[in-house]
Amino acid sequence: MAQSHDVPMATPLSDRHAALGARMVEFAGWLMPLQYTGILEEHRAVRARAGLFDLSHMGEFFVEGPDAAEGLGRAVTSNPGSLKVGRAQYSMLCFPEGGILDDVIVYRLGVERFMVVANASNSGAVSDALAARLAGLRVVLDDRSLATALVAIQGPRAAAILAPLTDVALEELRFYSIAEGQVAGVPAIVARTGYTGEDGFEIVVDVSAAATIWDALMAAGKDEGVVPVGLGARDTLRLEAGMPLYGNELGRDTSPFEAGLGRVVAFAKEGDFVGRAALAKAEADGPHKKLVGLAIRGRGIARHGYEVFSGDRRVGAITSGTLSPTLGEAIAMAYVTPSEAEPGTIVAVGIRDQRVPAEVVALPFYRRPV
Amino acid sequence: MVPKDLRYTKEHEWVRVEGDMATVGITEFASEQLGDIVFVELPEIGRTVTQFAAVGVIESVKAVSDLFAPLTGEVVESNSELSTAPELLNSDPFGKGWMLRMRVDDAAQVGALLDAAAYEALTSEA
Repeated sequence: MAQSHDVPMATPLSDRHAALGARMVEFAGWLMPLQYTGILEEHRAVRARAGLFDLSHMGEFFVEGPDAAEGLGRAVTSNPGSLKVGRAQYSMLCFPEGGILDDVIVYRLGVERFMVVANASNSGAVSDALAARLAGLRVVLDDRSLATALVAIQGPRAAAILAPLTDVALEELRFYSIAEGQVAGVPAIVARTGYTGEDGFEIVVDVSAAATIWDALMAAGKDEGVVPVGLGARDTLRLEAGMPLYGNELGRDTSPFEAGLGRVVAFAKEGDFVGRAALAKAEADGPHKKLVGLAIRGRGIARHGYEVFSGDRRVGAITSGTLSPTLGEAIAMAYVTPSEAEPGTIVAVGIRDQRVPAEVVALPFYRRPV
Repeated sequence: MVPKDLRYTKEHEWVRVEGDMATVGITEFASEQLGDIVFVELPEIGRTVTQFAAVGVIESVKAVSDLFAPLTGEVVESNSELSTAPELLNSDPFGKGWMLRMRVDDAAQVGALLDAAAYEALTSEA
């Protein structure tokens, strides 16, 4: 598990990052690229063309066996048993008390075979929780977090770059779908998912093949203007797309309903699941806070932890904020009391010694042109 | 590349002293470390600032950092271009990215600043 190491782990692509002159940072126990040429340039490349991401720090768990669908149904809030083979769903593991342990994507690779992709910061906790929640069932849980590399290619040109390298029929691979095949001659799992708000793919391969697919995608994307993208732009891209980040918008003290993600809680599914009773009560009681988007209407950038006010009353706090590279204005997500959560509500953000006006707006901030 | 004719702070401001006037900015090293700079908050004209006290804010996409006054004195001008073009701090930190001009109270304070050689030594350790 990543968390148990004092020295950060290197991904199988660390020599590629060094050769590209990346600035590296420690993140969730891993040494990861923060940026290569600059966050703004990388961000804009993903919106306009394509970007390549090393996401090998993320956790990949394979769940296989006759009880795989039922067992995962007990472990997560959504209903993996309802997925058709080759489809994916956004989901969560919750604590028995209803708080969020991690947000994950569950992919159905076969009738009795699933892949769960978890945040790097939580992969140890997810590994432990899945092992406990699947105990006694006819399933094998295979934590392949350290054995797999995950490379994402995201952006409007992603499909054009990937298509010549793979035998997976990308035109038939819909958003939130997955297929097994080859990429650059090596066995790969190709999912049409991402964390940028753009079309794109996430590709899982054995660690030994990471450099092969990275080099192939960089070469194939050269004429399309693909650039490597670090965690800095990954964060601004997901924020514009209104996607939550565990540790900022999601955590043990937050319910899926407060995060506006009640749709991932499948109360209709059969059987118990971890957190069901607490989540049913949370839904009935109504949220104590609501996640909202804020457009900052004055000068300044709202950052994680800054307080939100209505008049003199503190009504919440910023969870993530940045200057939106696409919109050219400061945007943020915040938890506020439900009475202040309607779009159009004017609040103020405490930025140093100023109270800067901000308007509650619907998420996402950015939606890709169709 | 550190201009030889400037003085520096350990916090990566540069200052050009001409008579009792000084021009202040941040170094190329600082602007590279911060990454893409997207927002600048500068002190008002007429404000008295104190050597090594925080007087402004520089924000990159990722982070917020303080601008420190290299000398004590009165702010007489700030670079208004930076409010619409903060990226000048990245593209030309020693030139068009200058931040403020001030009237210096006590020229002897310059002695507490680093010369180019000392500043270069500081940043090569980092």
